[in-house]
Order: sequence, then C-alpha cells, then structure tokens
Amino acid sequence: MSTATLGGRPTGAAALRRPVGVRLAWLAGGVVLLVVLFAASLAFGARDVSLDEILAALSGRANGVGEAAVTLRMPRTVLAMLVGAALALSGCAMQAVTRNPLADPAILGITPGASLAVVIGIAFFGLSSSYSYIGVATLGAAVASIFVYAVGSMGRGGATPLKLALAGAASAAAFTSLVSAILLPRVDILETFRFWQIGGVGGASWDRILVVAPFLGLGALICLASARGMNSLALGDDMAAGLGVRVGRTRLLAAAGAVILAGAATAIAGPIGFVGLVVPHLCRLIVGTDHRWLIPFSALAGAALLTLADIIGRVLTRPEEIEVGIVTAFIGAPVFIWLVRRQKVREL
Amino acid sequence: MTVEIVIAGRRTRARRRAIVVTALAAGVLIAYAVTLMVGQTFYTPGEVVQVILGQQVPGASFTVGTLRLPRATLALLAGAAFGLAGVTFQTLLRNPLASPDVIGISAGASAAAVFAGVTLGLGDQQVSIFALVAALVTATAIYLLSHKAGFSGIRLILIGIGVAAMLNSLINYLLSKAAAWDLQVAMQWLTGSLNGASWERVLPLLIVVLVLGPVLMSVSRSFGALHLGDDSAAALGVRTDRTRLLMILAAVALLAFATAATGPIAFVAFMAGPIAARLVGPGGSMLLPSALVGALLVLLADLVGQFAFGTRYPVGVITGVLGAPFLIYLLIRTNRAGGSL
Repeated sequence: MSTATLGGRPTGAAALRRPVGVRLAWLAGGVVLLVVLFAASLAFGARDVSLDEILAALSGRANGVGEAAVTLRMPRTVLAMLVGAALALSGCAMQAVTRNPLADPAILGITPGASLAVVIGIAFFGLSSSYSYIGVATLGAAVASIFVYAVGSMGRGGATPLKLALAGAASAAAFTSLVSAILLPRVDILETFRFWQIGGVGGASWDRILVVAPFLGLGALICLASARGMNSLALGDDMAAGLGVRVGRTRLLAAAGAVILAGAATAIAGPIGFVGLVVPHLCRLIVGTDHRWLIPFSALAGAALLTLADIIGRVLTRPEEIEVGIVTAFIGAPVFIWLVRRQKVREL
Repeated sequence: MTVEIVIAGRRTRARRRAIVVTALAAGVLIAYAVTLMVGQTFYTPGEVVQVILGQQVPGASFTVGTLRLPRATLALLAGAAFGLAGVTFQTLLRNPLASPDVIGISAGASAAAVFAGVTLGLGDQQVSIFALVAALVTATAIYLLSHKAGFSGIRLILIGIGVAAMLNSLINYLLSKAAAWDLQVAMQWLTGSLNGASWERVLPLLIVVLVLGPVLMSVSRSFGALHLGDDSAAALGVRTDRTRLLMILAAVALLAFATAATGPIAFVAFMAGPIAARLVGPGGSMLLPSALVGALLVLLADLVGQFAFGTRYPVGVITGVLGAPFLIYLLIRTNRAGGSL
C-alpha cells in the first residue's frame, strides 16, 4: 500500500504539502518541547532537583547533592534523546523502504537479531568493549533485516504488512530462543545480559555516547540524504522508476541507514521497541507525508518520546526505576493494535 | 471409474493415517519407557514394570517411582496438551504460524506465572490458577480487539503479535526486579523445563487433558468444516461461532495448564500440528496425531537435553533450537506457496 492512502488521511498533494508556516511552527514547538523535557529529565528522579540547581550545575558549579544529581543525569538524558531519535528515524526509513505501516526495528525482528549477535559475541568471543558491541550489533541487525525481508517478500503479493510482521515475529521468536539457549548454561553472563536485554539508558556515560555518536550521525545523514528518494518510493516502484529514480539503490541506501541506526541504538541501549513504529505515524499526522519534513521531525519527536518514557519510568515507582524499553512497549503496543484495527483487512 | 479412484484414494489415506498414528503411538511409548529406564543408573524394563505395579524394588522404587515417572508423565501430558492447543489455533485461524506462542497467549500465561511465582512467591497451585486466568483474559482480549466488523484471523494474528510484545516486556520487567537467585529458576521456567516434576503438578494437567482432549476430538468434525471458511462451514450446518468459542476455550485451558506445569516449552505448540500434517497427509482431524507428535517431541527433547551434552539443558532449550529453524522453514514454504498469507 502506498503512503498516500495511509489510514484514509488526506491523500496526495494535500497531505504532501502542508503549509510551510504550519510545519515550521510544529518544528519550533517540537524543539521547545524537547528543551522542556531535557530540563524535566534533569530535574526528576529518585531525588527532585530545583531549576536553580540545574542552572548551577549546567554552568559548572557542582557543589551540592542536587548539582551532583544533575551531572549524573546529563549523559543519561542525552543518550535517551540520541537513541530515541535514532530509533524513530530508523522506523521512519523502514516504513518508507518496505512501504509498510507496521515496520519497526523490534517488530521486524531486527533488534532481536542484534541481541543475538551481541550475546554470541559476549559468550563465544569474549567481547566487552562498546566498539565491538556496536559493530557486532549492527552486523546482526543487517543480517536479520535482510533475512526477514527476504522471507517476508517471498511469494505472491511481495512484502505485505502481514507477511513481514509474521516473518519478523517468527524470526524474533527464533532469535530469542537461540539467545536463551546460549545464555542458560552461562550464569556468568546471564546477569550482564539481563539488564542489557531490557533496554535502558540508565548506564549511560559520556564515553559510551562518544563511541556511538559517529554511527548515529552517519545513519541519520544517510536517512536525511535519501528523504527525496523515500518520497518517490511511496509512489510505488514502477512510478518511481518512471520518474527517473534508481529504485534499488535508493532502497538499499535508506535501508542501510535504518539498519545502522537500529544496530547502534540497540548496541548501546538494548532492544527498545515501538519507538520506531509510533513516532513516524504520529509525525505523519502532524507534518504530512513529505519525508524531507517527516525525517527531521521524527527524529525530534523520537528524542522527545524516549526522554518522556525515561522520565515516566523514573518517576512512576520511585525510588526504583522502570527501564525505558518497558515503558515504550506499554505506550507503543496499544498504538500498534490501534493501527492494525484501522487497516482494512484487504490491505493487510 | 472416477468413483473408484476416489474410494481408493480415501482408503489409501485412511491406511496411511492408521499406520502413522500407530507408529507415533509406539514412538511415544518407547520414548516414555526409555525415559523411565535411562538415567544415572539403568533399570531393566522388568524392574520399571514392577515399580509401576506398586512392588518395592530397592533403589528403583525411589528413582523410577518418585523421580522419573512424574517427569516422563509430565513430558507426555504437556507435549500432548501443547500439541492439541497449537493445532486447534492453527486450524481455527487457518494459518500454521498462528500458534499460541506467536500470538501472545503463552506470553500471557508466562507473565502471570512469573508474577505469581517470582514476585508474589506463591506455590504451584496458585501459579496454575494465575496462568489459567491470564491465558483466558489474554485470549479474550485478543479476540475482542480483533473483532471489528466481523472476525478476521489476520487481524487477530497481528494484534496477538502486539500483545505478545507488550507482555514480554512485562515479563522482562518482573525478571529485572527478581532477586538474582530467582533469576535462573525463572529463566529456566520461561524456556520450559521438566525439572520441577511432581505428582502434584501432573495431576491437574492429567485431568485437563483427559477431559478436554475428548471434547476437542468430538467437535473435530466441525473442525474440518471450519477449515473451509466460515461461510462454507455455516452452509454445512456448523454453528461457527459456538464451535469456535468452545474450541478456543478448550485450547486455552490446555495451554494454560501445561504452561503452568512446565513453562512454555518453546515451539512445541507451534511445531506439532505442521509435523503431524506432513506425516498424516491431507484429510481427517489433526488432533490425535498432533497430540502424539507433541508428546514425542517433548519426551525426545528431554532425553537429548538431559543426556546428550555435558551440562543438562532444560527441555525448552532443545525444542527452541530445533523449532527456530523449523519455524523459518515453514515461513519460507508458506510464503513460496503463496498460501493464505
């Protein structure tokens, strides 16, 4: 199905061309929201911090407990924003590449693939550095996504949403069961892995962020660069080819961007589901289906959503924390179900 | 001429079916017997029979009677229950991938069992009740959510996948809050394990299988008709909604009790039906063959897990490692054939 008919929204040019002013206003609103969430993420937690203390900590005067808490929460907040933006971008690109409204790194089995790769790396090759995690996770994500897409697009009708989702869910189940087969006899790595597996930003540090940032930047650049191509892909392969777009190359490039982003985000924060699914849909309602706007806006909204989810996870069961991956699943799964219900059966 | 061909074909299929079912039953019996005999110490069939008949045999009475017999029986029953539940869902939704472990019902039972067992620290029986209630609630929720302008199997599967994702993250959360010493127990439980086998665990499952197995078989005539699609089935005089409800309830109960007793032994519910179909060939009810295949799978996987490697693996790891490639093979085959997907 094409993006233009997504869920009966205004189709064609009407959806593609929201007034620039409106879009700019939304973009500005998004930035403001992100700044507010940034401050909130620094302020809330096991111990609340006042605005004065945040400002004091930001200007480098760390001398109280409050300032110390802010200094600790800084890398975590930045990581949440980076990972959220990466996952949203990745989901956005995947939805464009597969022309499938249900595409999401977790649902398509790509993050479980990355998990499996990391577990294999830890268990059999003794990996322990952040660099190697990222490399291995990206490799796993790439292999998993090629595999799932190949399986899902076999047969009649190509890669329909149902076939892709089933291929993803089935592969995810397969990967997960291999993960537990590797982990169960290895008590020594079970404990390390259990926290990585849930998906969290709690263990953030500037060092790890610096390691992952180039990968995220590269993936984001690729996605931005192929935004125009994604617009043409939405028209269907034949039409896009007729317009002079190299369909295969465009799709490959966008998919590579999506995989790098998903792999790197998974490597540093564990598998976090549903951000990539929910955010692009939300943004499409707001800024329309033009990817040149949709992609930056999705990044912004993804960063905001994950930061919000992290704040919720910290505040809900104080002084304990709920990992952000769990919060996003509980926000995202209902949206997924709502999306499925909205589709006509024929289109699935 | 054509009539003769049809009759001959039917006879061939019936014969094949009888042979396959007998062979499966024999296989289950052999695997069951081997499970009773083999272990740290080997006991002859004679000694095993003596123990089963209630005679006192030094050594064997404890090892076979108290340790191996419940374990083997649990494997048999759980396998059969998973097989029955799985094939029921696959038939109802007309999709081999629509097994309860893919569409979130196992995840519901698991989440409740982890909550009851690890978080609340309840005993076996309460855990079973939690698992049953949660499986029923999950199944009902998925069914209701997918009911929009009529029933759609496709929508149900997709919604089930979403629900499963949510429940799995709930399980992860509960595990992350669990104490480290509970963790390995919980992980073992989540992959499916027969290590906690005891008669108290076997008994509820035995009752459920003995009651609901025949119930499912008795509606198996309508079963075949449902496979043709709702309209055709209704035209053949099957009350589609009532039959479907009855079958779903029975399957969910079987699944929940088996899950509570052993944990969700990975992929057995999913594999049993398709394997049985491949063995038996088309036509006829898949219930009995699937139950036998399920039982055989669990018994064999447990033997492999216990004795094939240096460390003892829980049975679910073995079925998982076997099941994962099979799942993907099935997916590829279904997609190639361009089936109902």
